[in-house]
Amino acid sequence: MVKYVIKRLLLLIPILIGVAFIIFAIMEMTPGDPAVRILGHEASVEALEEMREELGLNKPFLERFFNYLYNIFTKLDFGKSYRTRKPVFDDILARVPVSIKVAFLGMVFATIMGLPMGVYSAVKQYSPMDNFLRISSTILVAMPTFWLAMLLILVFALYLGWFPSGGVASWKSYVLPTITIGFPYGSKILRMTRSTMLESIRQDYVRTAKSKGVPNNKVIYQHALKNALLPVVTTIGSSFGQILGGSVIAESVFSLPGLGSLIVLSIKAKDTPCVLASVLLLAFFFAIIMLVVDLVYAFIDPRIKAKYI
Amino acid sequence: MSIQNSKKQKSEAAIVYKKKQSPARETWRRLLKNKSSVISLVFLIIVVLLAIFADVLFDKSLITTQRVDIRIQPPSLEHWFGTDVYGRDIFTRMVYGSRVSLTIGIVTMALGMLIGGLLGACAAYFGGMLDSFIMRFTDMFMAIPETLLALCVVAAMGASASSLIFALTIAIIPGNCRLVRSAVLGVVDTEYVEAARACGMSDFRIIMTEILPNALSPIIVVSTQGVANIMLTASSLSYLGMGVQPPNPEWGAMIADAREYLRAAPYMCVLPGIVIVLTALAFNLLGDGLRDALDPRLKD
Repeated sequence: MVKYVIKRLLLLIPILIGVAFIIFAIMEMTPGDPAVRILGHEASVEALEEMREELGLNKPFLERFFNYLYNIFTKLDFGKSYRTRKPVFDDILARVPVSIKVAFLGMVFATIMGLPMGVYSAVKQYSPMDNFLRISSTILVAMPTFWLAMLLILVFALYLGWFPSGGVASWKSYVLPTITIGFPYGSKILRMTRSTMLESIRQDYVRTAKSKGVPNNKVIYQHALKNALLPVVTTIGSSFGQILGGSVIAESVFSLPGLGSLIVLSIKAKDTPCVLASVLLLAFFFAIIMLVVDLVYAFIDPRIKAKYI
Repeated sequence: MSIQNSKKQKSEAAIVYKKKQSPARETWRRLLKNKSSVISLVFLIIVVLLAIFADVLFDKSLITTQRVDIRIQPPSLEHWFGTDVYGRDIFTRMVYGSRVSLTIGIVTMALGMLIGGLLGACAAYFGGMLDSFIMRFTDMFMAIPETLLALCVVAAMGASASSLIFALTIAIIPGNCRLVRSAVLGVVDTEYVEAARACGMSDFRIIMTEILPNALSPIIVVSTQGVANIMLTASSLSYLGMGVQPPNPEWGAMIADAREYLRAAPYMCVLPGIVIVLTALAFNLLGDGLRDALDPRLKD
C-alpha cells in the first residue's frame, strides 16, 4: 500500500511539470508586456528594460521555463506575482481556505442530496417520486452555474432577503454558493447512484439475501448499496476536483475572494507566476483527491485491497 | 462452431435486413418511439431553423440599434422577452445569439471529436509506445481544470467566438481521446479486425471502415451531450467577459448584462436562462434517447 502511494506521488511529478509547461507556453502567447503592466505606460524605456531584466523576461522561453523549474525544485520558490510584487503563495494561501470551504461544503451538500435520493429513486423505480427526482436532476444538470446562482440571488437574497448576495461576512454568505455548486453535482451523484443501484438490486446475491429473509433495509444498505458504491465514489471524488477548479463562476457571481477569482484576475492581468502556481496547486489537489479515491476503493472493496498487498 | 454461428447470424441478419432495412433506420425507429427524444428533436429543429432563417424572420438591426425610449420593458406582445438596457429586443438577440452558441457547440464538438477520436483510435489500435505517449499527454491536459485551460487559451488568443472554439476544442480533446480509446479497445481484438488485417487491409482503412463504425455508439451519445456541455461552458466564459464580445449577442453575455438589473428587471436574466436550459436539456435528452436506441440492452 505505502509503496503504491509513493509510486503514485512520484508519477505526479512529470505530470505537474507537463502542466507547468502547457500553462507557461499558453501564457507566453498572451499579448501584453508584464513590465509595462507593472510600471504603467508612462515608464521610461530604461526602467522597462530594467524591469524586464529583473523579471528575467529578456531570456529565451526555454531558459526561463527551466529556471522556473529549477527554482521550484531547489528552493520551492514559485516566483513573485507581477501584480502585487509579493511571493505568489502569499496571495494564494490567503484565498485557498475560502475555495476549499466552498468546495467542501458544496461537495457535502451534493453527497447528502445525491446519495440517499439516488438510492430511494432506484428502490422505488417508476414511482412518482422517482420520476420527479429523475426529471429535476436532468434539468439541474442542464443549468448554467451562473444562471442558477443568479436565480438563487434573485429569490433568496433580493426578494426574501434571507441570505446575502455575496461576500464572506458570515456563515450565511456560504449558503447560496454551497447550493449553487452542490445542486448540479448532487444531480450527477443522484443519477449515478440510481443507475448503479438499479444494477446491483437485480443481482443474484440480493435476491438470495431477500429470500433468506434478511430485512429489506439491510438488503438495500448492506448488500446492494455497498456493491453499487464504487462508481459513486469515483463520481464524488472527481466532482470534488472539478468543483475546486470550476468554482470560478460561482466565486465570480457571489464575489467570493477564492482561488478561482484570483486565477481569472491573474489571467486578465497576465500575471504568469500567479496563474502557474494556482493551476499547479489545483492540479496537485486534484491528483491527491483521485489518489484518495483509489485508496477508498480498497476499503470498500476487498477484491481491490487484495491487489495492493 | 464459430462458422456455424456466423452462418446462423448471417441468415438472421439477412431476414432482419429484408424486414427492417439498415441498422441506422432501426435505430431511428426506436428513437422515434421515445417521447422525450422526439420532443427534444423537434425543439432542436425549431431552434436550428430559427437560427438559420433569423435574417428572414427578424430585423437584424434590432440586435444593435439602441432605443432609449423603449429601454427595460417587460415582456409584451411586441417584445416577447422584453427589451434590455439599451432598448434592444431580447428575443431577437436570443435568436441571433443562438447562431453563435449553436455554432460554438457543434463545431467545437465536431473538431474535438475528430482530433481526439483519431488520437484515441490510433492509441488503442497501435498500442505500445504511441499509446503510452498519447495517454501521458492527455493526463497532463486533464490535470488542468477544463474551464481554466479554456480561460488561459482565450486570454492568449483574445476574446472572440473563434478563439472560444479553439480553446474549448483543446479543452475537450483529452476527454474525447480517452473515450474513443476505450471504445476502440473493446473492438480491436475482435475476429473481423483480424480478418481484415489478414486480407491485407491498410491500418488506416481498418480503423476507418472496421473499427470506428463498430465503436460508434458511445461516440454518438457523448457527442450529442457534449454539445450541451460546451454550450454551457462557452456561455460561462462569455459571462466572465472572456468570450464573445459586445455588441454581438451571445447567451451567456446577455445574462451577464442582466446582472445589474436583477431586481428591477428579472425577466432579462430569467427568460434567456430558460432558453439555455431548454436547449441544453434537449441535447442531453436526445443523447439519452440515442443511447437507448443504439443499444436497447443498456436501457435500465
